[in-house]
Amino acid sequence: MSENLILKVENLNVRLENEEIIKGLSFEVKEGDVLTILGPNGAGKTVLLKTLLGILPYQGEIKWQKKVKIGYVPQRLPFIKDTPMSVEEFFELKEASKKGIKETLNSVGFEESFLNKNIGELSSGQFQRILVAWALINNPDVLLFDEPTTGIDIGGEETIYTLLTKLKEKRNLTILLVTHDLSVVFKFSNFVICLNKCPICQGIPKEVLSLETLHKLYGEEVKFYEHHKH
Amino acid sequence: MEQFLLSLIAGIFIGGAAGYLGTLMLSKKMALVAGPLGHLTLPGIALALIYGFDISLGAFPFVILGIILIWLFEMKTKLPMEALTAVVFASGVAIAFLFLPIEQAETALVGDISKISFLDTLITCILCLFLFLLIKKIYFKITLINISEDLAKSEGIEVKKYNLLYLFSIAIIVALGVKVVGGLLTAALVAIPAATARNLSKNLLQFSLGGIFLGVLSSFLGILIFKTTGFPAGPLIIIVSTFFFLISLIFKKI
Repeated sequence: MSENLILKVENLNVRLENEEIIKGLSFEVKEGDVLTILGPNGAGKTVLLKTLLGILPYQGEIKWQKKVKIGYVPQRLPFIKDTPMSVEEFFELKEASKKGIKETLNSVGFEESFLNKNIGELSSGQFQRILVAWALINNPDVLLFDEPTTGIDIGGEETIYTLLTKLKEKRNLTILLVTHDLSVVFKFSNFVICLNKCPICQGIPKEVLSLETLHKLYGEEVKFYEHHKH
Repeated sequence: MEQFLLSLIAGIFIGGAAGYLGTLMLSKKMALVAGPLGHLTLPGIALALIYGFDISLGAFPFVILGIILIWLFEMKTKLPMEALTAVVFASGVAIAFLFLPIEQAETALVGDISKISFLDTLITCILCLFLFLLIKKIYFKITLINISEDLAKSEGIEVKKYNLLYLFSIAIIVALGVKVVGGLLTAALVAIPAATARNLSKNLLQFSLGGIFLGVLSSFLGILIFKTTGFPAGPLIIIVSTFFFLISLIFKKI
């Protein structure tokens, strides 16, 4: 693997319960890339992330850079409210130092006092930030992010994307992000993979995302416009 | 007097460990699993009563059988857990009553800790301490697995291993629990203190400590009332526990 390559995927096939979810996918990720994975619901985007994490069985090749550390931000955690838990305790589930927890919490814009809050009391924006912080503890090289909710206010004027941009600079992160929001792809990423079970296209967003590829990806009814407010 | 003290000590240890494990089971929505498991131990308890050996010893192989059944059920079928509960609940009771001497039915069904021996108490306490340490060791990991298996796996947690240790803990607590509250009431022994603690706690520490505390307190008061009234201790423990639960509803934050 060449030196600044952080991930190489070759001819990846994922079958779950006899259904083909991902078929013949190959791509590379370089250090510092922000790669978006774009596709309609059920296209296999989340499955791809989980496969890259090593959670799901697959055929083909997934090669991470040696000793790479990966942080994972799941889409949502519906069961977390079944257990009463403070923010601090949520972080303690991951073996991390107190200092590390505080630092990471600060880096996503929370005060230390936030640690005593109950997880159940958080707004969805706050919770998303906590999830990002959770993934960032122990300083990962790569962040795998499953479908950040667009448009939710995570505090002040900040969106999850301005936060991610800041964190990326500061921590020298490589980011792989699942989304179905085109504006995110254009504004945020330097590489996109369009996935609808089979890979439809990949490359620099402005070059590969034509109306034609989007039709192929989403079906004919899609209209091509960029969101401006977020 | 000394006999009473032994009952009290054994009851408190089992109650505390059950309350602790109960908090983990409640979060995993598995609190009622102790129900079918408890019922399934009844044939084992019956054998123990007939041949005069320790009830927990008789119960244990049947709990293991129950856990294998649960495991198979989860792996091999898509049937909901309730289906297993129904099958196992009934079949355990049915088989037991084929040969359970009727004069000993009460002991089997609602437990009897009043005649526990010194050795038995000692072994119970050691097992409970072991169980306590085991639960403490797996608590955070299982909690993370409860929240999200994917997240746990992404952290490199061996989910299967921890689930096995967790099921093993349940097996031990059910086998011990039948001694105190019998095959019918074991689910309540683990579920009620945890549910009460859930109502009253804001975080994980309060929740888990609350489960232990309420388990201990219920057993303590239950056995104390047994001493003064002569009613069987097992049901009394559960009634005290339920009483605390009802009180907790008043304080529950909405």
